[in-house]
Amino acid sequence: MVSVVAPKKQASKASRRFWRNPASIIGVVLLSILILVAVLAGVISPNPIAQDLGQRLLPPSSQHFLGTDQLGRSVWGRVAHGAALSLQVGFLVTLISVSLGVLVGLLAGTFGGIWDNVLMRLTDIFFAFPSLILAMAIAAALGPSLTNTIIAVAMVSWPSYARLVRAQALALREREFVEAARALGTSPVQIALRHVLPNTLTPVLIQASFDIGQAILTAAGLSFIGFGAQPPTPEWGAMVSETRNFISEAPWASSAPAIAILLAVLAFNLLGDGLRDALDPRNTK
Amino acid sequence: MLNYTIRRLFFVLFVVWGVSIATFFLSQVVPGDPALVALGDKATDEMIANFRTKNGLDQPIVAQYFSYVGRLLQGDLGTSLRTGRPIADDLRDFFPGTLELSATALLIAALIGIPAGILAALTQNKAPDLIVRLLALLGGATPIYWLAILLLEFLHNKLRLLPGPGRLDAYLIAPPRVTGFVGIDAILARDWEVFADSLTHLILPAFVLGAFSAALLARMTRAAMLETMTQDFIRTARAKGIAASRVVFKHALRNAFLPVLTVLGGVLGGLLSGAVLTETIFSWPGIGRYTTDAAISLDFPAVMGVTLLAGLAYSIINLVTDLLYALFDPRITYG
Repeated sequence: MVSVVAPKKQASKASRRFWRNPASIIGVVLLSILILVAVLAGVISPNPIAQDLGQRLLPPSSQHFLGTDQLGRSVWGRVAHGAALSLQVGFLVTLISVSLGVLVGLLAGTFGGIWDNVLMRLTDIFFAFPSLILAMAIAAALGPSLTNTIIAVAMVSWPSYARLVRAQALALREREFVEAARALGTSPVQIALRHVLPNTLTPVLIQASFDIGQAILTAAGLSFIGFGAQPPTPEWGAMVSETRNFISEAPWASSAPAIAILLAVLAFNLLGDGLRDALDPRNTK
Repeated sequence: MLNYTIRRLFFVLFVVWGVSIATFFLSQVVPGDPALVALGDKATDEMIANFRTKNGLDQPIVAQYFSYVGRLLQGDLGTSLRTGRPIADDLRDFFPGTLELSATALLIAALIGIPAGILAALTQNKAPDLIVRLLALLGGATPIYWLAILLLEFLHNKLRLLPGPGRLDAYLIAPPRVTGFVGIDAILARDWEVFADSLTHLILPAFVLGAFSAALLARMTRAAMLETMTQDFIRTARAKGIAASRVVFKHALRNAFLPVLTVLGGVLGGLLSGAVLTETIFSWPGIGRYTTDAAISLDFPAVMGVTLLAGLAYSIINLVTDLLYALFDPRITYG
């Protein structure tokens, strides 16, 4: 990632590549809409759990943009509140797993030896869990709630960052500028923070963009089978589960939150594709 | 190669040991009292005390862990608090269901994903490529439980084309259990009606489970094919006047297969997780639904058993993919 080209020029080149890619633009537009809906959720529907049994299973209309569910709640209002919840889950999970993974990877890659061995074997163990099963075990142990879902999904997401950062740190250790810094007497910690960390940011950023979407998908899946957010919380996965028995009478009630999940995951996947193509020119197809 | 395999087998054991520590200590923070879960609310103090002594729940944690590992080494995963049966027996009963579902899903994913990826690469930026890329994007982002609900509604409830949830139609009697795989057992019993029914019951859940993997395989195959098609040896082959189809299928595809193999481990791991959702929706008698039921009723010994099995399966899958990689790529030697 380090080259003799001035960093500014490189950044502007990457930015041009990013904005010329239709995938990135669609991703950014979808994400902006999502954030806007999440921010305005309180305005769209002041109370997403208020029931009105006289208004059950109404089709989409001017009054209820996405119709109502089996308890007469506005689906659009609940989807909007769900956007806020899902974005929080996605960002929090990724923040926790990036912090933990980068820390473990940096420690292992910088100090090597016993540190490397112990930390990477620990990473291997966490890597061996199929994500949903470990998340279910954690959710079952700590009790079903959205907070525990965040902890559970973060626990299965951090190992990939640890591996990524460690690999980068090992590769950088052999580079001239790091060797020069070492020869000048810079401490390992300073090398890690000043030289290794900045150089791992690009791959971490790309990975994180994909993982936010995956975290939203996993968390919604956990809520769907009853281990995440509990009804009447307007969480997308829980909403699909609550309304699935009304699919023939009111397909909008379960499809709207499901399509919301799809669009959110799609937004982050496209963003990740765009970032990868822009920041890592070797991948440009 | 042999040394490498042995080293990796030790590594699998190490990972499973680590998983056993993780799950065991996780089980210690379960808020529900396992004695109460097993005996119900009406249990007397004496019954609870007896249960705790019998199951070693009154011992210190470290002692409990060592006796747990001791039992594990004898193949004893403990007793399920929910079913009251040995967990190893439960897993043996439910494992074939998951295996036949995931294997069919993988087959469907490969049959759809790999040809789609090749087609996309050969028609880069033209209509077929754009359609494959769009479908792959959607397939990678769709919540599979919604796909399951939709397909059940249209293909089963409305059009009556495919059977609904469950392993067999309700009026059919399952063949005598030999292998645990309903299809194979039906063949052994020469019960062709059950065999046909078991196949039609597989289609929907296997497609739902395989959709995500098909999308991933299509993306990987396309990228790998595009990468390979620009290599010198392909240009040489073309320059020599070898037919285009032969260049694609004989020269390019073989080399493009390697990067696809690297995602296979991830695909199989994803199938294990996806099986939880798919089996729950399709009332499929497999490990996934068993785990959900166990976790809901705080049957922690059973959840620990599944997690251990999943960790073992996942490590073995990764080992096998690495070995296959070495087998297919003559450039790689493991010392």
